[in-house]
Amino acid sequence: MRLAPTVAVVMFVGVTLYALLAGADFGGGFWDLIAGGDERGAAPRDLIEHSVGPVWEANHVWLIFVLVVMWTGFPRAFAPIMSTLAVPLTLAAIGIILRGSGFAFRKASITLPTRRAFGAMFAASSVLTPFFLGSVVGGVASGRVPAVGTGSLLHSWLNPTSVLGGVLAVVVCAFLAAVYLAADAHHQGDEALTAYFRARAIASGVVAGVVAAVGIVVLHSDSRRLFAHLTGRAFPVLVASAVAGIATLMLLLRGRYSVARITAAAAVVSVVWGWAAGQYPYLIDGRLTISQAAGAHATLQALLGAVAAGIVVIGPALVWLLLLARRGDLQPSPTD
Amino acid sequence: MTGLLAVVSAPDLLYARQQMALSLGWHIVIACTGMAFPFLVMYAEWKGQRTGDPVYTALARQWSKVLAVLFAIGAVSGTILSFEFGILWPRWMAAYGDVMGLPFAIEGFAFFTEAIFVGIYLYGWDRLPPKVHLWSGVPIGIAGVASAFFVVAANGFMNTPTGFRLVNGHVVDVHPWAALFNTSLWPEATHMILAAFIVTGYLVAMPHALALLRGNRERYRRIGFLIPFVVASAVVPLQIVAGDWAARHVAVHQPVKLAAMEGLERTERGAPIHIGGVFIDGRVRFGIKIPDGLSFLAFHRTNAVVTGLESVSPADRPPVNVVRTAFQVMVAIGTAMLGLGLWLLLAWRRQRDLPRSRWFYRAALVAGPAAVVALEAGWITTEVGRQPWIVYGVMRTRDAVSTASGLRFGYFLLLVVYAALTAAAVFVLRRLPRADVPHDDVPHDDVPYDGVRSDA
Ligand code: HDD
Ligand code: HEM
Ligand code: HEM
Repeated sequence: MRLAPTVAVVMFVGVTLYALLAGADFGGGFWDLIAGGDERGAAPRDLIEHSVGPVWEANHVWLIFVLVVMWTGFPRAFAPIMSTLAVPLTLAAIGIILRGSGFAFRKASITLPTRRAFGAMFAASSVLTPFFLGSVVGGVASGRVPAVGTGSLLHSWLNPTSVLGGVLAVVVCAFLAAVYLAADAHHQGDEALTAYFRARAIASGVVAGVVAAVGIVVLHSDSRRLFAHLTGRAFPVLVASAVAGIATLMLLLRGRYSVARITAAAAVVSVVWGWAAGQYPYLIDGRLTISQAAGAHATLQALLGAVAAGIVVIGPALVWLLLLARRGDLQPSPTD
Repeated sequence: MTGLLAVVSAPDLLYARQQMALSLGWHIVIACTGMAFPFLVMYAEWKGQRTGDPVYTALARQWSKVLAVLFAIGAVSGTILSFEFGILWPRWMAAYGDVMGLPFAIEGFAFFTEAIFVGIYLYGWDRLPPKVHLWSGVPIGIAGVASAFFVVAANGFMNTPTGFRLVNGHVVDVHPWAALFNTSLWPEATHMILAAFIVTGYLVAMPHALALLRGNRERYRRIGFLIPFVVASAVVPLQIVAGDWAARHVAVHQPVKLAAMEGLERTERGAPIHIGGVFIDGRVRFGIKIPDGLSFLAFHRTNAVVTGLESVSPADRPPVNVVRTAFQVMVAIGTAMLGLGLWLLLAWRRQRDLPRSRWFYRAALVAGPAAVVALEAGWITTEVGRQPWIVYGVMRTRDAVSTASGLRFGYFLLLVVYAALTAAAVFVLRRLPRADVPHDDVPHDDVPYDGVRSDA
């Protein structure tokens, strides 16, 4: 059996879920950041806090999942990627610390100045973290990580493809979050907030489209291999992404929020899988293939077994959490 | 410090090790609360539901707010560790990632379980039926303990590596399950999980001990003190037994680490043990010597042969004084805690009540930080005692460290971040709005505590 590609698919499913779920949480932080003063920003901030609160920790674990699957399944890719991209990864890690703790600290504080300070910490790091993670993807996708050892600490992420990856990540997170939040507000029957996030969803959707289009040009000059495959075998996936994006905008204009959630997610999923298809069979583009990076056969087997067993155990629980959260059963009473 | 420096060769190895120690040492304190605290909260909630006593419910609610903050910082501090494995030790990961990765992959699912039910439990207080809410907390604690079990399995692998063969420096014939179930796993995991209950118990009891010391005798305070304090104190004797098990295991499987823990230069039959003192020029000075003590403790026979440091070349020895001091501190604290638990037990048997002496509460206040010190000391014993190996006997730490320059800047940056994070966490936790204590919360009885003025 072809174990290594199977594990790679599992890993990319993890990446996809992280982008979809945690991405929306980061996007929530983005909208929190630019929601304006205390008075004006109160309503959107409340909605963001309630939709991020119960789920962000579970969503965050997808990142851990990707990391452990990578170092167990593809240790020879994990090592050069992590050590070469040490700078953006360290900055992303610090962003993760500040985001999670800022959010929790804000929730636990009552006085306005402390809430404001921790809120700013949460919001600012929600923008920085996806940017740095996106730039890491850019470094890998443009083949700037060597197959063994440690590459350039600076050029690996200070390059056009990395900047593109970073900006795209931030914009896509904001777009996802705005769509989800508009749907949540609509679900709660809050007209004003629905309109508020709908406008932002449309704006960020348009920006995301523009960034993606510019991105193709950037890749053309900076990452030839990836460009060739994105416009070659991965082209259908890319088209699917564009179609889903445009459909989302139309649905938003017509007020069909629950369907827009799905198409927005589909747009993001196809971006991730377009990248995966563009790189295949490489894990580090042009340098290290999936099978070269793979760990021992017995480990891959055990890993897949563990993942299968794990899904059986946590799958129902995860669904329960997301259902409870959507039904509004995970909200503090007004007195709290 | 000179001992530590001596082992360092790559320019930034020292910083990489310091950074690893800092972030692990930080994470482990929060991780302990992640394992044990859910059970305390659950117990209070369960008592509240069963007896209808609002004091228990108020405690459970208050504690779950603390838990929310701790979980968030526990999760983020753990994430950094996963990054650091690759950033700081890529050559270790490249060579052994697939041998020792499995427990981490399984642990990932424990994290999912934990995070999912944390979301449900913390946010479900008001909307979920009470029984459902109570039960939704149970998986949190179980998953916490499970994650400790698996991560310690990985650490056990570093101490007693198995499940692979080395052929010409290449790792072959990998058996990930054998690597997971290495022989260090059982004593280490047992000792670690018990430690979590001690650390959490004494830390959670602290604010209530302070209130009691100040003469506040609300039932909220008494119960808030008793639940965690009794749990921690009950675990201490078990922990000493587990520690003895761990030490005997080290004696067999990592003899050089044991020799460093005890400052034993020469391989000896009927080796003595020293309490206190320093290791200078190959022997312990200024310590209290107990003849045959080490042979007895390590092998339960007074005439057993104990391997000394001389069995390996000086380059392969850990810094003795660091390891030895850490070990002595841990054992001393563990022993002293035994006394604290006995104090409560005796007072309870005599007067069916908490001890009256203020010294008891002062000691209980110290027990929290002391437990953390014991925890860190235990890990210093384990980790520094393994040096110069990252994987005992197989891979040296200096062959594992990243060749990237400037690792020190990452360390400095994280130092600042952790300092700020610690300060902010303490700030927030101290200011946490208190849950409503029922109005009819009356002092337990009218007998004043010795020397305590009822000025509160
Ligand atoms: C509350 C904390 C605490 C307390 C009171 C003790 N320990 Fe401990 N000890 C730890 C917390 C700890 C730990 C959780 O920090 C370690 C680090 C690695 C491990 O598995 O547990 C540890 C490690 C550790 C090791 C090294 C294991 C190895 O390297 O594989 C030994 C030999 C002992 N301990 C022995 C003892 C003894 C004889 C104690 C008796 C008083 C004791 N410990 C009390
Ligand atoms: C959470 C509790 C732990 C604490 C407090 C702790 C503490 C430390 C300390 C003090 C060092 C520095 C040792 C030296 O360089 O002299 C260290 C190193 C290290 N520890 Fe741990 N450790 C813990 C658990 C673990 C676990 C569970 C793992 C892996 C599974 C681990 C992996 C490492 C690695 C890779 C290093 C660096 C290499 C080395 O120095 O050997 N640690 N740790
Ligand atoms: C003996 C040492 C360790 C123990 C006992 C331990 C235990 C725990 C526990 C109980 C938690 C959940 C508690 C909470 O979130 O507050 C946790 C979180 C975490 N730990 Fe550790 N840990 C240890 C070392 C490590 C190491 C070495 C790594 C990584 C390489 C690691 C990675 C993580 C991660 C990623 C999380 C966050 C999970 C989440 O997102 O919820 N831990 N750890």
